Amino acid sequence: MGAKVVTITSGKGGVGKTTTTANVGVALAKDGQKVVLIDADIGLRNLDLVMGLEKYIVYDLVDVVEGRAKLRQAMIKHRQFPELYLIPAAQTRDKTAVSPADMIQLTDQLRSDFDYILIDSPAGIERGFRNAVAPADEVLIVTNPEVSAVRDADRIIGLLEANHKEPGQLIINRLKPEAVRRKEMLSPEEITDILGIKIIGIVPEDENVVPSSNTGVPVTLMEQSRAGQAFRNIARRLMGEKVPFMSLDDASGGLFKRISRLFGGG
Amino acid sequence: MQVSPTEEWNSVTADLAARIDQQLSFYAGARVTLDVGSRPVRKDELGSVKALLERRGLALWAVMSESATTLDSAQAMDLRTSQPKSAAPIQSTDMSAPSSQEDGTPGTLVKRTLRSGRSVKSPGHVIILGDVNAGAEVIAGGDVFIWGRLRGSVHAGANGDPGAVVCALDMTPTQLRIAGQIAISPTDKRHKPKPEMAVIRNNRIVVETWE
Repeated sequence: MGAKVVTITSGKGGVGKTTTTANVGVALAKDGQKVVLIDADIGLRNLDLVMGLEKYIVYDLVDVVEGRAKLRQAMIKHRQFPELYLIPAAQTRDKTAVSPADMIQLTDQLRSDFDYILIDSPAGIERGFRNAVAPADEVLIVTNPEVSAVRDADRIIGLLEANHKEPGQLIINRLKPEAVRRKEMLSPEEITDILGIKIIGIVPEDENVVPSSNTGVPVTLMEQSRAGQAFRNIARRLMGEKVPFMSLDDASGGLFKRISRLFGGG
Repeated sequence: MQVSPTEEWNSVTADLAARIDQQLSFYAGARVTLDVGSRPVRKDELGSVKALLERRGLALWAVMSESATTLDSAQAMDLRTSQPKSAAPIQSTDMSAPSSQEDGTPGTLVKRTLRSGRSVKSPGHVIILGDVNAGAEVIAGGDVFIWGRLRGSVHAGANGDPGAVVCALDMTPTQLRIAGQIAISPTDKRHKPKPEMAVIRNNRIVVETWE
């Protein structure tokens, strides 16, 4: 039946959509899946940087949509994983260069050759967001444990519902267990209480993430990184595996034990 | 949505489609009440509009008309119908005994959680079976009943009725208005959720246990 199209979106900017797309994509490829990543953030392309592939770009998404390049020509093969490809966004154009129908057509061409097509959505709720979610079979909503990011996630879920899409699954990114304990940060329980959707992953704050994005080597590939482990777990859950939530909070114990209940006793 | 009562039906539907397409994101998911005025509309004509709306992700929900033909067509399609107030037939007044029928007042029922950015407006009462999240708003000419948590904003008695009330199973609104009064929730409220009702007393909004 071909690839599953998974769109990673958030509403708010800067919560970690691109980092999530890169890391989950690499984790899937590492597990032997055939994966294409599509950067739908036309005009503000980033995913190629985080993947370390910027210098290999010849053609981009808009070149394909406007017929200047064949789809295969715009697909950049990852150096380490030959079954992992990136279709970069155009840097010099804007969101209107692509339509939701273009995105559906593009992903339909790719479906038969791949297992997963991950689409990195731009921030916002306008055209770029609509382009990114139009072909989605599944939507992952990235949020941070703070009120403004959760508010925007709520708006996104409402828009998905209004468009008769599944409400999606939630990734809580950059969680600091000690800040939650001090009640400075929303807890996963408080977040699901507001949003009422399933969590597919909780990614702890990890100082390895920023340097890894800068060097183009996703943290997924660092065995000892806790964020990397969390992204690998998200990839396995996407593949339908039941993966228990990792214990991130050895010192106090309590928090992540309680979280595991939110997933139905992971 | 109001459409011309006299123009050719084909151009009426084309015009309707164009109006929706211009603002598709605004209309997406909407339930449409079609006001066709005095025009008699056949069932197949209504069916074509229903299909047109559904292709765009909207649902035809109700039909308003003074024409009996139109109302029959709509009822045959299980749509709600209503007649404009001015044209409502006068109920027979020569009843010998007082009617046991309780007429009630019109309202809008929303069977889902209202998420951030959603808005419900109604000239009558509004009943929400679900939460009203922060960033969502309800504006009602009458009362507002929320069978869930209220965290967004509500304006009851929006046309100036100070007798309007707001009820919720957990009352922590961003902002609450009744008629011309405005109230906000205490910020430090680490409270136990309980059903509460907001009313105006002595020109102030007060919140009481809902019983």
